[in-house]
Amino acid sequence: MTSLLEVKNIEVAYGKIVAVKDVSLTVNEGEIVTLIGSNGAGKSTTLRTISGLLKPKSGEITFKGDRIDGTPGHEIVGLGICHAPEGRRIFQRMSVRENLELGAFLRNDKAGVDSDMDRVLDLFPRLKERIEQRAGTMSGGEQQMLAVSRALMGSPKLLLLDEPSMGLAPVLVEMIFDTISKIRQQGTTILLIEQNAMAALEVADRAYVLESGKVKLSGKAADLRKNDEITKAYLGH
Amino acid sequence: MAKVAELQKFKGTRGQIRRQRVERIGAIIISLVLALWMLVNIIEAPSQFAQVAILGLRNGLLYAFIALGYTLVYGIIELINFAHGDLFMLSAVFSSFFITVWFNQDASNPAGWLTFILCLFAVMVFGAVINVLIERLAYRRLRHAPRLAPLITAVGMSFLLNFIGLKWNGSTPRQWPTVIPNFDIYVAGVRINMVTIMLFLVGIPLLLGLNYIVTKTKNGKAMRATAQDRDAAALMGINVNKTIAFTFAIGGAMAGAAGLFYQQAVGTTNYNLGFQLGLIAFTSAVLGGIGNLWGAVVGAMLIGFIQGLNDGLPIAFGQQWSQSVVFTILIIILVFKPAGLLGKVTTEKV
Repeated sequence: MTSLLEVKNIEVAYGKIVAVKDVSLTVNEGEIVTLIGSNGAGKSTTLRTISGLLKPKSGEITFKGDRIDGTPGHEIVGLGICHAPEGRRIFQRMSVRENLELGAFLRNDKAGVDSDMDRVLDLFPRLKERIEQRAGTMSGGEQQMLAVSRALMGSPKLLLLDEPSMGLAPVLVEMIFDTISKIRQQGTTILLIEQNAMAALEVADRAYVLESGKVKLSGKAADLRKNDEITKAYLGH
Repeated sequence: MAKVAELQKFKGTRGQIRRQRVERIGAIIISLVLALWMLVNIIEAPSQFAQVAILGLRNGLLYAFIALGYTLVYGIIELINFAHGDLFMLSAVFSSFFITVWFNQDASNPAGWLTFILCLFAVMVFGAVINVLIERLAYRRLRHAPRLAPLITAVGMSFLLNFIGLKWNGSTPRQWPTVIPNFDIYVAGVRINMVTIMLFLVGIPLLLGLNYIVTKTKNGKAMRATAQDRDAAALMGINVNKTIAFTFAIGGAMAGAAGLFYQQAVGTTNYNLGFQLGLIAFTSAVLGGIGNLWGAVVGAMLIGFIQGLNDGLPIAFGQQWSQSVVFTILIIILVFKPAGLLGKVTTEKV
């Protein structure tokens, strides 16, 4: 396996407040990697730094061997990293279709965009029913489906998912995780943040545990699931 | 069970319901008063009514072009660009110099018409470039500053442009010859000036073009996405800075066109034009619902129309009350319908 994304010792701060002190991680092609950790551990900040919304103070990020730290966010999308951000952040006043079209904003291959549109609507049939509806009028679960679909419309090599199960009913959580596996089977590498550590460790190949802006533990998801410290701290039993 | 029925009929809290009722009653009373006033005047002087109504709508079109710049910029970065009215004033002065001094045209003939068309392109580019420069130099650095900082900067920019206008135009109003057909025609006894017809002929396609850009093109989509959520737009691959600059360019081009239209319709320029018309245009944008493009057009036409009727009808407050009428409308709207005619009530972004 070759590494697709390499994050080396990044430090990220909001003004004077350091959110990420020292995070290094690797994502290999075809993997699902998950970042787990409590609130404020620096998970979302790490993801926002990878997708270019934030610039690291120090450290390196390479994607397919090229440095991408400091590249503006809108150019990173073009390289093949798409991000479904925390809190969904869909365009509320636009239709589902317009949201999906915006996901493919940088693409010029109309045939490819059309087939990707069919693909995401197959993944989430609910969106097909609501294709002309205003996105803001949909339920939370549907909005989450839209956020994931919109990121997929960019035809990503690497998909960044930030808390895709947040605030959803258990049935929907299961459905979202099934879909995440399906997306990987279709050839997209995934870096996933989850509060729901149990579910995340079940679907992922490898995991990193973040605490106070540092990587505390890392390893195969299956091993971490058995780790006492993890089960106590994050799995709640 | 009674509770369930109550819940199904729930249409808002008691305060919201009362507010809706007040809004509705207020709207009915105001419409009735306006309708009665117009009716009395129509009976009194029908052809005069038609004449001032057309003139009012023409002014409304002018206001609309300025109001669009306010509403576009507010829609995308939530800034009231106070310098916008002064950009309009500079555009009017630019048009005057372009036609009369640089191209030496002073009459309505084919050469004059050609100059008018050339000037339309030139002044739109002029407005766009100046507006983009203002955004680049003054507002972009303050994008993450507290709201008040860019607002005060906008006031400063307004003064700067105002003084450039003072230098360029002089401190007194200047008369200019017009180059588009300027004679009256009579339609069923109603006098209409050709300038008015020309402005509608040029202005309406421009508005439709703008609507096309915003709703159909890729740049327009980027604008709407950026207006709703800047970070999310960046995650779609939209260059947010470029999109904001593009918005300023469009707003500036519209102010440029308005400058030329005003200069040709009225024939005078003054350095403080931007303040007067800018305020009226801003009022129009608020009236229609700031951030809403068609709202700005509807609001501007309505203000132009009412102002026209007030200034020209036999039974009205008359011209000396013109500004008071406009701003009374603003106050009434803010009291009864703070979101504007076509605007929607939105909560503050978190």
